[in-house]
Amino acid sequence: MLRRTHTPRHLAVPTAVALACTLTACGTEGDEAAADVTGDITVFAAASLTDTFTELGEAFEAEHPGTTVTFSFAGSSALAQQIISGAPADVFASASPATMALVTDEELAAGDPVVFVRNRLQIAVPAGNPAGVTGLEDFTNEDLTIALCAEEVPCGVASVQVFEAAGLTPAPDTYEEDVRATLTKVELDEVDAALVYRTDVLVAGDAVEGIDFPEAEEAVNDYPIAVLAEAPNAVGGRAFVDFVRSEAGRAALGSAGFDLP
Amino acid sequence: MLGLAFLLLPLAGLLVRTPWGELGTHLAQPAVAEALRLSLVSALLATAICLLLGVPLAWVLARASFPGLRLVRALVTLPMVLPPVVGGVALLLLLGRRGLVGQYLYDWFGVSLPFTTAAVVIAEAFVAMPFLVIAVEGALRGADRRYEDAAATLGAGRWLTFRRVTLPMVAPGVSAGAVLCFARALGEFGATITFAGNFPGVTRTMPLSIYLALESDPEAAIVLSLLLLVVSVAVLVALRGRWITGASS
Repeated sequence: MLRRTHTPRHLAVPTAVALACTLTACGTEGDEAAADVTGDITVFAAASLTDTFTELGEAFEAEHPGTTVTFSFAGSSALAQQIISGAPADVFASASPATMALVTDEELAAGDPVVFVRNRLQIAVPAGNPAGVTGLEDFTNEDLTIALCAEEVPCGVASVQVFEAAGLTPAPDTYEEDVRATLTKVELDEVDAALVYRTDVLVAGDAVEGIDFPEAEEAVNDYPIAVLAEAPNAVGGRAFVDFVRSEAGRAALGSAGFDLP
Repeated sequence: MLGLAFLLLPLAGLLVRTPWGELGTHLAQPAVAEALRLSLVSALLATAICLLLGVPLAWVLARASFPGLRLVRALVTLPMVLPPVVGGVALLLLLGRRGLVGQYLYDWFGVSLPFTTAAVVIAEAFVAMPFLVIAVEGALRGADRRYEDAAATLGAGRWLTFRRVTLPMVAPGVSAGAVLCFARALGEFGATITFAGNFPGVTRTMPLSIYLALESDPEAAIVLSLLLLVVSVAVLVALRGRWITGASS
């Protein structure tokens, strides 16, 4: 939908609804299901979704009185392990297809997961950009203090990919244990530049500035979402997934800095 | 007995899951030797700093009397109960290049402590020092002050008395404290990764290697944990046998 910008707006919306209906089988049947949406809905979601999903959960509860959406936000791989160990969740929203695959491999997802957002890396610099960082080339400068995510975690894997694509060897001073720790070092102005997700830069507010770079295209991270096979509240779970993928959900995710597929 | 089981069974779990067959391959990684060397060196340096700063502090706590002493004593043990990550953030806010003190170090001398081995030593010393202070303070309180009084009567100054009378009396306490302090420094994770960051050969100590290995290669993490466990036990046993019982018998 993003690419077809020439589609007139009044046509685009019905098309999206029609598309959503073929995928989720709404219509009269769907309306009956919507009436049954009630009770507690438990959503396991990647840590990077914390702010947007909390907001969406409140909007969902307002739209479906009688429901309570409870979130468990953590690293995607930790959540996948909990689901495999039998945690009673209805929905799993993961920050990478690889961690979602851990769940689908155990046949614990009801149907195929769908990619609902994408996230890309951005250069994060302290407010005012004191070191005058302009692009990925500055990461090879030994004189700058630079933080990258450790290669063991997803943002570190993505960082390796963009440096390979750019043909650069970075000179970092620290490999941080996760993306939020990397961001903290920028917020405290202890490093001159770091690579984090674009959504993290937005969360940090005025303390951090983001710089886009072309090689980020090489490591775009897909976020899949799925209702779980052993969901205690499958109807509610499906309704929440539909809500996340609705226009309202997409608008909230888009303004948080995610790319929409 | 239940308490003992509670303390030891997790370690048994570690041993059961150890991939003994691939032990050699995992241990032969050059990064392992590098991390172990860094851990030992930084823990030793941290212990030295703790001795240098902690023994006089313990002496003040045990012998001086001034209003607010109880509060000071409580504050000294704060790093023991504080989550280490909080300690790391506090150090960053004090000694980072935009920190309370760190900004002057950076502006005047061009020194930036975070992401250096010095930062690892500082983080370890910060977390481990209370262990030494408590042990030494306890020993000082238990020591018979009449020997010190006798030395003073014989004309010894305060420094000479401290060096020749007090210190030898509390030596077992000091060494016990130093061993605890070293062990705590060796295992330090939270303050280190927060304040000093994580870079191979500079700030990536054993606990940091273990944590990162757990994200991608749990078997390697188990092997590294086992190695750290063996080193810690070896140090504790060796030092206990040689110093503590030796000095007190």
